[in-house]
Amino acid sequence: MKKSAIDNSFKWFCFFCAGLIGLLMLGFFIQLSLNSKQVWEVFGWRFLISSEWDPVAEKFGALPSIVGTLSTTLIALLIALPLALAAAMFLVHAAPLIRSVLGHAIDLLAAIPSVIYGMWGLFVLVPFMQNKIQPFLAETLKIHHIPVVGRFLAEDYYNGFGILTGGLILAIMILPYICAILRDVLQMTPPMLREAAYGVGCTRLEAGKDIIIPYGIRGILGGIFVGLGRALGETMAVLFVIGNIMEMPQNAFSGSTTIAATIANCFPEADGLQRSALFALGLILLLMSLFIQILAQSYLRAATAHRGE
Amino acid sequence: MPLKLEAKNLNFFYGNEQVLFNNNLPVEEKKITAVIGPSGCGKSTFLRVCNRIFELYRNQRAEGELLLDGVNVLLPEVDVLELRRNVGMIFQKPTPFPMSVFDNVAYPLKLHFKLSRRETFDRVEQALRGASLWDEVKDKLKTSGLALSGGQQQRLCIARAIAAEPEVLLMDEPTSALDPLATSKIEELMVELKKRFTIMVVTHNMQQAARISDATAFFYKGVIVEHGTTTKIFTNPANRKTEEYITGRFG
Repeated sequence: MKKSAIDNSFKWFCFFCAGLIGLLMLGFFIQLSLNSKQVWEVFGWRFLISSEWDPVAEKFGALPSIVGTLSTTLIALLIALPLALAAAMFLVHAAPLIRSVLGHAIDLLAAIPSVIYGMWGLFVLVPFMQNKIQPFLAETLKIHHIPVVGRFLAEDYYNGFGILTGGLILAIMILPYICAILRDVLQMTPPMLREAAYGVGCTRLEAGKDIIIPYGIRGILGGIFVGLGRALGETMAVLFVIGNIMEMPQNAFSGSTTIAATIANCFPEADGLQRSALFALGLILLLMSLFIQILAQSYLRAATAHRGE
Repeated sequence: MPLKLEAKNLNFFYGNEQVLFNNNLPVEEKKITAVIGPSGCGKSTFLRVCNRIFELYRNQRAEGELLLDGVNVLLPEVDVLELRRNVGMIFQKPTPFPMSVFDNVAYPLKLHFKLSRRETFDRVEQALRGASLWDEVKDKLKTSGLALSGGQQQRLCIARAIAAEPEVLLMDEPTSALDPLATSKIEELMVELKKRFTIMVVTHNMQQAARISDATAFFYKGVIVEHGTTTKIFTNPANRKTEEYITGRFG
């Protein structure tokens, strides 16, 4: 009798803990919505497309932060994904010693606090970008002379800060996460399927791109979205190198800001309408993260259905 | 009958452990050769030497000769991709690729030949007919290969293996994951296929070996104890070990 009572209360305790997680999520939503109410009342949806941020004139717009967030995340993903994929494929097939040493190194990389990335970015990466990478892209490759898209890629003025540098830092940060997940995914490929791929006469590249990656596409997307989610909300590392300029960025060399960086930068002095605007930014970031999550899930479901599982 | 494959003093090692010992085995063209023996005796390993798939793994190596049409395919200068086109493999479980039924069969064609869409389609249809699968899948060529039943998947893999027109088919317990009905379909198919291909099949099923094979090789602890026509092995084996195994006294 007593035993079943304990068991019963244990069940309710577990239920309470599980419910708490849902309540937390709901609580965040409510808090962010309530606190940002003022800014929505004043600016309405124009808050989303306005690029002004003038605390003195009490004019606020989210667009520069949103554009900065999306563009740094996109750059990070474009750089990190191919690297992570290639590294993961190597790790899966490497000799046990190399695999274990490199594998641990990657896991450790993921454990470095982001402020360290930020510091390294500021003192090492920013000067390197300014002196080497940006001149190389602009003067040697002249990527800003590419028709149509060129003017979004680069310009003749460089100071090392900006979207490209921010994206690069994020790429380095999310690389170990994506790589670790991709490695685990690729490791789960049934050996027989791998052998079947090579058995029909595939090269390593063909087996990878046509069979092993499509087979693990669910997990690979999962890994991408984990990295995406992390890049989206990353604050400290980007804060150091993005330039923190509340204007619409003109190209990849422009100083900019991200949602997370704006919130971290402005909160100490914010009150009134600006405080509300920052909460609104927070709400936008939360919604963006949720959206990515939902997108991921539905894509994954479609992928699963296609595979007939 | 001419020889298609011939193992000469073939030895195989996993690291320092030797698992095949001086295997000598002639395999006749356009016949089914059954490879029988207790688990872990090297049957699958022998098959895995024939298309050099073992090379995917570190520390595995083969010594000796494996002649395909008189050429030792173990020599490094032999093009392994071309070898694998010429020697198809079917596994214990169906291994459809994560793509449509059509693409599964078209894939090896894409790898090895430059064909027009028309030619590709014809070859795919031909291969699917060859694998007795065409009538069942002709209306769902675009659905995923993974959506087929187990028996259909295995025949899809056979279609994939024969699409690139190999000369040899290696089958490693091809029916071990299938129900009796699907198994008998595969067996009928194999008898049909031997008109065009030289087939080596590993099986634990003595009845299957007796039913469909022309020649049988009995492996025991990495040694080929006895090989010969299936009739001779099953009715009048020369070795006592062989007799004990096929009558079910061990294994």
